[in-house]
Amino acid sequence: MRLQYPTNVRVIQLPCSGRVDILHLLRSFEDGADGVYVAGCMEGDCHFLTGNLKARRKVEYVKKVLEALGIEPERIEMFNMSSAEGPRFAQVAREFTETIRGLGPSPVPKAKAA
Amino acid sequence: MIVGDSKPLEEILEMIRDKGKVLVLGCRGCVTVCNVGGEKEVGILATALRIAVKKQGWQTEIGERTLERQCDPEYIEELADDIEDYDAVVSIACGVGPQFVSERFPEIRVYPGINTTFIGGALEHGVWVERCQSCGNCLVHHFGGLCPIARCSKSLMNGPCGGSANAKCEIDPNVDCVWHLIVEKMEKMGRLQELAEVWPVKNWLTSRDGGPRKRVREDLKQ
Repeated sequence: MRLQYPTNVRVIQLPCSGRVDILHLLRSFEDGADGVYVAGCMEGDCHFLTGNLKARRKVEYVKKVLEALGIEPERIEMFNMSSAEGPRFAQVAREFTETIRGLGPSPVPKAKAA
Repeated sequence: MIVGDSKPLEEILEMIRDKGKVLVLGCRGCVTVCNVGGEKEVGILATALRIAVKKQGWQTEIGERTLERQCDPEYIEELADDIEDYDAVVSIACGVGPQFVSERFPEIRVYPGINTTFIGGALEHGVWVERCQSCGNCLVHHFGGLCPIARCSKSLMNGPCGGSANAKCEIDPNVDCVWHLIVEKMEKMGRLQELAEVWPVKNWLTSRDGGPRKRVREDLKQ
């Protein structure tokens, strides 16, 4: 399909979105990520039944943490898409990048390069 | 287990403001089981604090450590090697933890990172309920294995009050009337007549009314 999506999106693969941990999400912000999103399978289509639902709840938890820290909760989101939806993956990457551009850089300074 | 709730991040941030080096200290006991103060929660709280510190531009450094238990001096002692590097400790154990740490290391400021709420159990993952009030004189066998002290809002010993309606307590429609459950259970067990026994006023001296409690086992003492 050779679809294009913004180069600033760094993809971290997991066996299931349910594997994502609150700590993974928070560490990204600690290291200075401007935004983080979790792309899970469509709700009801989880191979492990509830992985994507659990991922969404973890994202909601991190939203509350960010809010308590005075950081816009919109900087983290959960999206559902099927693995056959390449164009949607690229579209979400573009749209989320635009949302984060609108919010500006993260108020947390970037980690120094190792 | 002892169940607790995390304190709001804002409250913890206020505690560590202006501190140079802070240790977030977890416990592998009850608070690990109720997902509020174990190694994982130490990581989450420490990371959240680091994000806040970076955002505010503070120079605070956040360390992480989890002890086997914070209610035993032998494990608290493990902190002796590097605790002087820290200006403050945020203990996310139950209320015993911060007290034991500050008793052993009186020069360090110790802050509680959780609110200890009750002695209870998990109904399912993520749901905990109060089941014991540590009254010091267990009587659950008289009430079909249900505790009227911990589970009745008024700790009534002789049947339900007028606030019991449709098996629920008047304080909250989500709270079961334990006396309804006791009667149902005793009836099912064919022991209903046992509830005719009138309990005199309970002696609360074994509970907190007798002041702080202490237990000494001569056979175990060193």
